[in-house]
Amino acid sequence: MTAVVLEGVSKVFNAGRAGEVTALTGVDLTVASGEFVSLIGPSGCGKSTLLRLVGDLIQPSAGTVTVAGKPARTARADQEYGIAFQQAGLFDWRTVQRNVELPLELRGASRKERAERAREMLELVGLAEFAGHYPAQLSGGMQQRVAIARALAVHPPLLLMDEPFGALDEMTRERLQDELLRICASTGTSTIFVTHSIPEAVYLSDRVVVMSARPGRITDVVPIDLGERGETTRQSPGFFTGITKVRKALRGDAMPLVSA
Amino acid sequence: MTTAVDPLVAADPTAPVIGRRRAGPLLAVLPPLLVGVAGLLLWEMVVKLGRVAPYVLPAPSAIGEQLWQNRAVVWRTGLASGENALVGLLLGAAVALLAAMVAAWVTFLGEVSIPVAAALNALPIIALAPILNNMFESTSSVPRRLVVAIVVFFPVFVNALRGLREVDPIHRDLMASYAARGWTVTRLVRLPAALPFVFTGLRQASSLAVIAAVVAEYFGGLQNGLGSRITSAAANTAYPRAWAFVVGACVLGLVFYLAALLLERLVMPWRRV
Repeated sequence: MTAVVLEGVSKVFNAGRAGEVTALTGVDLTVASGEFVSLIGPSGCGKSTLLRLVGDLIQPSAGTVTVAGKPARTARADQEYGIAFQQAGLFDWRTVQRNVELPLELRGASRKERAERAREMLELVGLAEFAGHYPAQLSGGMQQRVAIARALAVHPPLLLMDEPFGALDEMTRERLQDELLRICASTGTSTIFVTHSIPEAVYLSDRVVVMSARPGRITDVVPIDLGERGETTRQSPGFFTGITKVRKALRGDAMPLVSA
Repeated sequence: MTTAVDPLVAADPTAPVIGRRRAGPLLAVLPPLLVGVAGLLLWEMVVKLGRVAPYVLPAPSAIGEQLWQNRAVVWRTGLASGENALVGLLLGAAVALLAAMVAAWVTFLGEVSIPVAAALNALPIIALAPILNNMFESTSSVPRRLVVAIVVFFPVFVNALRGLREVDPIHRDLMASYAARGWTVTRLVRLPAALPFVFTGLRQASSLAVIAAVVAEYFGGLQNGLGSRITSAAANTAYPRAWAFVVGACVLGLVFYLAALLLERLVMPWRRV
């Protein structure tokens, strides 16, 4: 079973007008069920656009997007995915718990079911004791964890993340990366993860999709095989090999500029 | 593509209560109180030592004396003016909120109505008072309340519309990802996100409502409020007494402003964490 299939997808903004921009062209990508795929590339390479196409927040100019075996629009209507952005985007006027409950509320879940699921999700991200707080009372890292709990609340088979850790400090970032991997592994969630950081992409992913700009397209796909991530993974030779591979792919050359 | 917006900054017409430096209640009240008392003393001395004529500026002690002597009348007329201001405020704010929701819903109306409302707001609406007075019987309280309602309408409308139109792009994407549309988005996102803007408008409107209710009486109509007492005392050269009623109007305005502030804090508990 595949989680996401993109076939011949292109996206042109302002088609036929003065500000016409080809954001993506000829994108073919398949994400297997339970797979963790990162999108990496320079600004303007269309990685966020690609994510938004999968989420049906924008529609492709050409090609088809299939999520969970259905057209992207149907998948969105069925809440087949959870999404998180660089900004937590919590609702200030709702407590942490009620923020996490919102997607469940919109699915018509009962009050009891909502409360139970929210509690479960907040425990997962280690914020159970902050359920009654308002977002403004939390640090940026905590807000981001709430946003992730919210994205996971409906147990979506697919998680879309647009630089969710981009605004966080390095320590928080690494801790959340581990948390995310743990959660995805335990729930079997497929993930598409947009990032600017090569180490982050390598550490998290089964495959790193490398993109380039003008026009945005996929230039390379780097498979990563680090096995179970643990304390030592970030120091392992395999990790650094992966980083080097992705860096080369991003540069678009086969040979390293400086011999190691 | 959407530009990233810091939700705290974006949704912030008024400074958030969070992060504001908090002093003890005594320390917070003491400096303005001292300045106020010192100001009154200075005023008293300037009037007494400078032999300022009472029709130019009466001494605060004379005003205070008049205020005490006329306390029953100040209270009664204050209540009358307060009622006019309150009824007008509620009416004007309710109509403004409904109009803002309609204007936010119909994109074209929203584009057009902000400049129009701003232009109308610049007109001296109080000048309508004599015209309205002639439209109703002389025993009617309606004209003064209508003036208040019209004055109140604009700040509430303009602020509420701005709040309703500005939706955080992330919130918009999130609601789309939940397949939520129309009224659901309005109820769950637009209205609560607009509340800080609405209350900014209401705070402005609460002071304006009292001013309008008092001043509308200068132009005739039913004479049972503070405005008529100020004009009649001034006409009788009883300047300290006129000032005593002005003090009454000040207090009334302050009460309205504080009530709006209190309501704001009750309705938006997340802004005082």
